Amino acid sequence: MGKALVLELGFEEIPAQFVDLAQNTFEANIRTWLKENRLDYDQLQGFSTPRRFGVIVSNLKEEQPDAIEKSRGPAVSIAKDENGEWTKAAIGFAKGKGLDVDDLTVEETEQGTYVYAVKKVSGVKTIDLLKETFPLFLNIPFPKSMRWGSNKTRYVRPIHWLVALYGDAVVDGSVAGIKAGRTTRGHRFLGETIDVLHADEFEEKLLSEYVIVDPTKRQDAIRQQIGLLEEEHNWNVDVEEGLLQEVTNLVEYPTALFGSFSEEFLQLPDEVLITSMREHQRYFAVHSQAGELLPYFITVRNGDHRHLENIRRGNEKVLRARLSDGVFFYKEDQKHSLDTLVSRMDVIVEHEKIGTIKEKSERTKQLVEKLSSAISESGDVSSNAARAAELLKIDLSTNMVDEFPELQGLMGSDYANRLGENEKVATAIREHYLPRFVGDDLPTAVESALVSVSDKLDTITSSFAIGLKPTGSQDPYGLRRQAAAIVNVTRHFKLSFTYEALRDYAIEISNAAAYPSETESLKDDLDEFFKLRLKAALEERGISYDIIEAILVSPFGRIDVLFDKADVLQELHDTKRLKDVTEALSRVNNIAKKQEGPADVQVALFEKDEERELYDAYVSLKDALGVKLLNGEVSSSFEELEKLAPVIHRYFEGIMVMSDNDQLKQNRLAQMQVLSLEISRFAQFQALVLPS
Amino acid sequence: MEPRLLIVPSSFFELGAFFCFYVDEERVGIKHMNVQQVILKLQSFWAEQNCFIMQPYDVEKGAGTMNPMTFLRSIGPEPWNAAYVEPSRRPSDGRYGDNPNRLYQHHQFQVIMKPSPPNIQELYLESLKALGIDPLEHDIRFVEDNWEDATLNAWGLGWEVWLDGMEITQFTYFQQVGGLDADPVAVELTYGLERLCSYIQDKENVFDLEWEAGYTYRDIFYQPEFEHSTYTFEVADHDMLQKLFVTYEKEAGIALDKNLVFPAYDYILKCSHTFNLLDAGGAISVTERTGYIRRVRNLARKCASIHYAERERLGFPLLKAEKKGEA
Repeated sequence: MGKALVLELGFEEIPAQFVDLAQNTFEANIRTWLKENRLDYDQLQGFSTPRRFGVIVSNLKEEQPDAIEKSRGPAVSIAKDENGEWTKAAIGFAKGKGLDVDDLTVEETEQGTYVYAVKKVSGVKTIDLLKETFPLFLNIPFPKSMRWGSNKTRYVRPIHWLVALYGDAVVDGSVAGIKAGRTTRGHRFLGETIDVLHADEFEEKLLSEYVIVDPTKRQDAIRQQIGLLEEEHNWNVDVEEGLLQEVTNLVEYPTALFGSFSEEFLQLPDEVLITSMREHQRYFAVHSQAGELLPYFITVRNGDHRHLENIRRGNEKVLRARLSDGVFFYKEDQKHSLDTLVSRMDVIVEHEKIGTIKEKSERTKQLVEKLSSAISESGDVSSNAARAAELLKIDLSTNMVDEFPELQGLMGSDYANRLGENEKVATAIREHYLPRFVGDDLPTAVESALVSVSDKLDTITSSFAIGLKPTGSQDPYGLRRQAAAIVNVTRHFKLSFTYEALRDYAIEISNAAAYPSETESLKDDLDEFFKLRLKAALEERGISYDIIEAILVSPFGRIDVLFDKADVLQELHDTKRLKDVTEALSRVNNIAKKQEGPADVQVALFEKDEERELYDAYVSLKDALGVKLLNGEVSSSFEELEKLAPVIHRYFEGIMVMSDNDQLKQNRLAQMQVLSLEISRFAQFQALVLPS
Repeated sequence: MEPRLLIVPSSFFELGAFFCFYVDEERVGIKHMNVQQVILKLQSFWAEQNCFIMQPYDVEKGAGTMNPMTFLRSIGPEPWNAAYVEPSRRPSDGRYGDNPNRLYQHHQFQVIMKPSPPNIQELYLESLKALGIDPLEHDIRFVEDNWEDATLNAWGLGWEVWLDGMEITQFTYFQQVGGLDADPVAVELTYGLERLCSYIQDKENVFDLEWEAGYTYRDIFYQPEFEHSTYTFEVADHDMLQKLFVTYEKEAGIALDKNLVFPAYDYILKCSHTFNLLDAGGAISVTERTGYIRRVRNLARKCASIHYAERERLGFPLLKAEKKGEA
C-alpha cells in the first residue's frame, strides 16, 4: 500500500531562468534519495512556477522493506589475538555497530580474511524518514543568492512556506526556519491561501486557485492560446523556444493577448523591432502568412482573461515610448557619414592597455588580409572581408547600439548598407559576432567567417599579450567562448589555414602594435589555451579520449582536418581494420624512440629488399601525406598509412633493427625515426587504445 | 487533468474584437490622480506602515538611495523605516525638455525598511491599491533586476515591478552597502513617480502630467530642464568642475579623519554629482572614468565603516527605540 507525497517550497518570485534549474535539480535529488532509502513508488513528477517548486510522488510505499546491513571490520589478524580471543579493536567495532562481539562473523575475501558485522535493519516508516528530504530544497546551485530580514539563510529569494504532505499527514520538520505544513498560496492576485487536505488533491486545489504548477501544461496553454490568435487573425507567430520557456517561467496562470503599434514604426529594420519587443518586453512578434512583419505583438499576462483591455493599452503605451526612442535614434544615426562613424571609433577605448576600437579594427583588417591570402581567396572575397573589418565596430558609437546593445553588428550592417556598402560587406558586419554562444547560428558567408575568426583571434591575442588570461572559473572577457567560436567557424567553413599560421599572424600583428610581448611565451600560452578549447570541442563531438590524445599534438595543423581525422578514427574505433594499422604503425613509433637526435637514412647501407621496400613506401608517403593533409583529404591520407601496414609487417619479419652491426643499427633506427615523424603528421597511433 | 484556462479564449476573443473599436474607451478602475495626490497618498500609506516621513536631502544626488537616510541608515543593526520623495539629478539624461520620457531631474518616491519585513511585497501591492491600481485589473509582475552602484560600493538583488509592461518600481534587498555586508538586510522600494503618474494619468509625455489641477509638469519643470541641459552640455566649465572635484574629495577626507560622517558624506555626494556633470559633458575619457569612480568609492567605503563605528560607539541608539523599530 502507498500514498501520495507532495513537497513544495514557496518563495518570492525567482528569476525565470532559475525555475527549471530548481525543478530539475530537486526532482533528481528526490529520485536518488528515494532510491537510497529503498522506497518504491509509481510516479514522480517535478513541478515549478516563479513562486514555488517541488515534487508530487504517487503511491509511495508507507514503509521501507527490511534490509540486511553488512559492514566490514578489521582483518582477523587484528580482531583476534594469538589465543583466538577478540581484541579491543574487534570489541570496539562490534559496539560501534550496536552488536555483541560474539555476533561478528568471519569471511574470507580476495583481499584477506576479515570480520563482518551483519545486522538485520527493520524498515522505517516513510513518514518518519521524509523530513530528511528537506535539506534538498536548499541544495540547488543557484548562481546568485541573497539574505533577507534578520535571517541567516542564503537563498535565491526569501522563502515563505513549505508544504510537506504524505497522504493527509504533515511531515514534521522545517526549512530555513519555516515549519512544514499543509498551507499553500494560490495565485498572487487571483488565488487565496489554502489548506491542502490530502497530497492527492494538491495540483487540482492549486489550479482552482489559479496556479498551474506543471510548466509543461502552462507552456502548452500558451502555445494553444497563441495558436488560436494566429488562426483568428490569419497571423504567423514565431514562437521562439527560448522566449516561450522564459514566459512560461514568468507566470503561474498564463493568458495570451495581442496589442498593436503604429505602422510608422515599421520603418525600423525588422530585427530592431523584434529584438526590442523580445528583449525588453518579452513579446512575440507577429508576421503575416507571407512572412511580412505586422504592427502587432503578443504578450502573455500572469492572470485570467478579465480586464485585458487595461493590459493591452498599458503594454502598447510602453512599446510606443520605446519605439519612438528607436525611431528618433535611428534617424539621428543616419545623419552621419561612414567617415564620421569610422573616425569616432578613435575615441572608444577597447581596453586602456590595448588601445582604441579603431586600432582594433585596423589589426583585424590586417589579419583578414593575411588569412585571405593564406587560403588564396579570390580578390572579391578578400577585399569585401577587409572592408568589413574596417567597418565592423562603427555601430558602437551610434545611439541605437547605445540604447539596444544587443543590436550591435545588426545596426552596423544596416548603416553600412544604407551608406552604399555592398551586400557582402554588410552581411559580414552583421555576422561577425556569430556564433555568440554554444549552439548559436554560424556566419553564412566566407567573408563573414574570415572577419568572425579575425576579430575574435585579435581579442584573444591582445588580451593574452597584456596578461588578461582566463583562470579557473574567471573568464570575464569570454575568451574561451571566443576561442570555441574560432574553432567552430574554421571547421565549418573548412578554412584551410593551419592553427600555427593563425597564431603566428596574430602575434606578429599584435606585436607590431603598441604592446609587444615575449613572442615565445605568448605562443606557448596560446597553444595551451587553444589545445584545451580543441579538446573540449572534440569531446563535445563524442570523440574518444585516446583518439583526442593521439591527434591533438603540436603542431595542430588545419583545424578542420583535425576534426576530420578524429571522425575517421572514431568511425573505425574498435574495428580490426584500425587495430591492424595501429599495431603496425606503433611498432615503428615505439622503436623510433630509441633513436636520439636527428639522423640521415643512407640507402647504400640497405641489405635486404624489405628495407628498400619500406624506404620506397616512406618516400611515397612523404610525397603524398603532407600534401593530402594540407588539401584536407583526410580519408585518403589514412589509406596511405593503411597501405604501409603490410610493408611494415614484412620489414619486421625480415629485419632485425637492433643489429649487432652498429652502423646498420643506426641506419635502421634513422629509417624508423623519419618514418615515425611522417606517420605522426596524422596521429600518434601508439596512444590509441585497441580492442583486446 | 485539463487546465481550466483553456476555456478562456472564447470569451477572450470577444474582448479582442471589442478592443479594436473602442481603443479610446476609459480604462477600467483607474482613478485620475495628479502628481501631488500620488505623493500625498504614498506618504500617508507608508506613514501608516510606521515609516518616518522624511524630506528630500539638500545636496544634489542621482538617486534616492544616495540620501543619507538610505545610504547611511541602512548600515548596521539598528532598525530603520523611512519614506520620502527624492528629486534625482541625472545630467546625462538631460534633453532640453524635448524628450517625452527623459529628464535631467526626475522624482523618486523612496521607501527603506530595515530589517526587510516578511510581507514587504504584499505591503507594496497594498500601496498600489491605495493609488487605485487594483492588481486584478492589471498585469503586475516582479521581474528579476539586480542593482549595483559602483560609486557607493553597494549592491542588492530584487526586481523591477512591471505594471502592464511598464517598469514602475525598483525593488531591492540590499546585500552590501559601502562595502559592508547588510545585516540585517534593508529593503528599498523606489517608485519612479513620473512613470507611475504617466500611467495613472494616461499621458504619453511627462511634460503633460498634471501636477495639480490646472498646472502641468511643463509649467513647473520645463525651464529648469532646458536650462540645466544647456548648462551641462554647453556651458559648464570643466576645469572648474575638475578642481571642485578635487577640493570636495579632499574636504571629505579631512572630515572623515575627524570621524565627522555626515559632513564627509555631503562632500562625497558633491564629488559624485560633479563627476556626473563632467561625464555628461564628455570631459572624462573611459580610462579616467574608472579612476573617478574608484576615488568616490574609496570615500564611500571609508565613510560607511566610520559610520558603523560611530553608531557602535553611541551604543546603536535606535536599537532601543522600539516605537519605530518593527513594522
